[in-house]
Amino acid sequence: MKKASNTRRRELTDLTMRVVSGTASLIGIFFLVWILWTVGKNGIAAFNYDFFTALPTPPGIEGGGLANAIVGTLLITILAALIGVPLGLFTGVYLAEFGRNTRFGGMVRFTINITMGIPSIIVGLFVYTLLVLPFKHFSAYAGAVSLAIIMLPVIARTTEDMLNLVPNSLRESALAIGMPRWRAIVSILFRAARSGLLTGILLAVARVSGETAPLLFTAMNSPYWMRGLAEPTANLTVTIFNYAMSPFDDWKTLAWGASLLIMATVLGVNLLARTLLREKTK
Amino acid sequence: MSETKLPLYGDLADPTPKISVRGLDFFYGDHQALFANDLDIAPNRVTAVIGPSGCGKSTHLRVYNRIFELYRDQRAKGMVLLNGEDISAPSVKLLELRRRIGMIFQKPTPFPMSVYENVAYGIRLHYAVSKSELDGRVEEALKGAALWEEVRDLLHKPGTALSGGQQQRLCIARAIAVEPEVLLMDEPTSAIDPIATAKIEELVEGLKGRYTIVIVTHNMQQAARISDFTAFFFKGYIVEFGATRQIFTNPHNKKTEEYITGRFG
Repeated sequence: MKKASNTRRRELTDLTMRVVSGTASLIGIFFLVWILWTVGKNGIAAFNYDFFTALPTPPGIEGGGLANAIVGTLLITILAALIGVPLGLFTGVYLAEFGRNTRFGGMVRFTINITMGIPSIIVGLFVYTLLVLPFKHFSAYAGAVSLAIIMLPVIARTTEDMLNLVPNSLRESALAIGMPRWRAIVSILFRAARSGLLTGILLAVARVSGETAPLLFTAMNSPYWMRGLAEPTANLTVTIFNYAMSPFDDWKTLAWGASLLIMATVLGVNLLARTLLREKTK
Repeated sequence: MSETKLPLYGDLADPTPKISVRGLDFFYGDHQALFANDLDIAPNRVTAVIGPSGCGKSTHLRVYNRIFELYRDQRAKGMVLLNGEDISAPSVKLLELRRRIGMIFQKPTPFPMSVYENVAYGIRLHYAVSKSELDGRVEEALKGAALWEEVRDLLHKPGTALSGGQQQRLCIARAIAVEPEVLLMDEPTSAIDPIATAKIEELVEGLKGRYTIVIVTHNMQQAARISDFTAFFFKGYIVEFGATRQIFTNPHNKKTEEYITGRFG
C-alpha cells in the first residue's frame, strides 16, 4: 500500500504545480489585458481628424492634435534605423563570419551584451553630453543617435544568431564555386537568413519606437512643426510624459491617444515580424 | 618532378597527373589529421578515396580547393600541384582555383534561389555573358547533370523544392556550369536514396570524359563500380593506392584487405 500513497502524493504535487503556474500566468495576462483595455478605451476617445492633423493647442482651446509629434516620432525612428540597422547588421556579420573564435570577436560580443543591458536613460544622458551640450540645443539627430545606440546591440545579436543558424555547408558551397567571401555573405547567407534578419530589425524598431528616456534629453519636445533635424523635435513618447503629468483634461486625453497609437504600432510591427518568421518555418 | 618519372598510378593512365600531392600533413589546431600523404590523380579518370570514418578522406579532399581555409584553426603543410602548379603559390588566384576545382558536398546545398539562378549565379560570377548565352549555358549545365528533362518546366521554382537526388544533381550542374577541370565529390550519395544514387553514379561515369573526378565514398561497391583508381586511407595515412581492380581483387596491404572485406569500418 506504500506505493499507492506515494502515487497520491505525486498526483497532489502535480495538481499544486499546475494550479500555481496557471494562476501566475492568469495574473500576468490579467494586467496585460487591463492595460490594453484602459489604453484602448481612453485612447480611442482622443482619435479624431484633429488628432492626426493639427498642432497641439494651449490647454482649454479646442481642436488640438499631435500631428507634429507623430511626424517627429516617425522621422526620429526612421533616422535611428538608418544609423542603427547597417551598424548592427555589419557588427552581427563580423561576429558570425569573421570574429567567431577570435579574441577581438569575443570582446565585441561581450561589449554588445553589456550595451544591451544599459538603462536607456543613461544612453540618453550620454548622447546629451555628446551631441546636445556642444551644440547648445536639442535635436532630432541627437534623438535618433540615442535610439540607434539602443538598436545596435539588439540587431547585432539577432544577426549573429541568424547567421549562425545557416549551415556551414551552404557557406562552403558558395565559396566552392569561387565566390568571394563578401558575396557569399550578401547574396547567399543574407538570403538564406532573410526572414530572421528582417524579424530582428522589425523587433528592434518596435522596441525603440516606444522609448522615452533616451529622447527626453536629446530630441526633447516642441509644440511646433519641426523646421529641421537640428531642432528640438516633437515626439509621441515625450509628449505622453509631459501631457499625462499636466493637470489639463484635454492634454491628458491626447496623452491617452498617443499611448494607444504607439501601442497599436508596436503590436502591428510584432505581428508582422511573427508572420515573417512563420513563413520561414513553412 | 621530371617528365620521365612515372606517377604513383604507374603507366595505367595519362602520365601527367592532374593533381599531385606530396608530403601533405594536415592539422586541426594541435591535432594532426593527415600524415605525409602522397597521391597522384589521373586526368579524366575517377579516383575513389575510401577508408573508415574519421580517417581523413574528406580532410584530404578539402585541401585541393583550399576550402579548409575558411576555418582559422585548420592548417595544411606539404605540396599540392594542379597541372604542375602549386595551388598555394601567390600566382594562383583562390577564386580562380575554386572555379577550376569544383566541389560537391555530402548534403545537397542548393542556394536559396531558383533552379535557374542556382546554375546561372556561378556563370555570371566568372564570365561576362549575354542573357541568351546565359540561358544556353544553364541548359547545357543542367543537361550535363542529367537534370534538364526533369526541371525544364521548373526553372523558376526554388532549388530547395526539388527532391534530394535532384538537388544533388543541381549542385553538380552548378559546379560544372563554371567549366571546372576537376570535380571533388565528398560522399555525394550518402544522404540520398538508392535510386537517386544510381542516377548519380551513372552521371559520374558520363562526366569523367570531360572532368577529372575524385570521389570520397563510404560505399565500397560504389568505389568498385565507378572508379578507375582507389586510395585507401587509414588513420590519416594513405595505406594503399592503385588501380581499383587491383585494390579490390588483390590488395597488397593487410589493412586494405580487412577493410574491403568488411572486417572493420
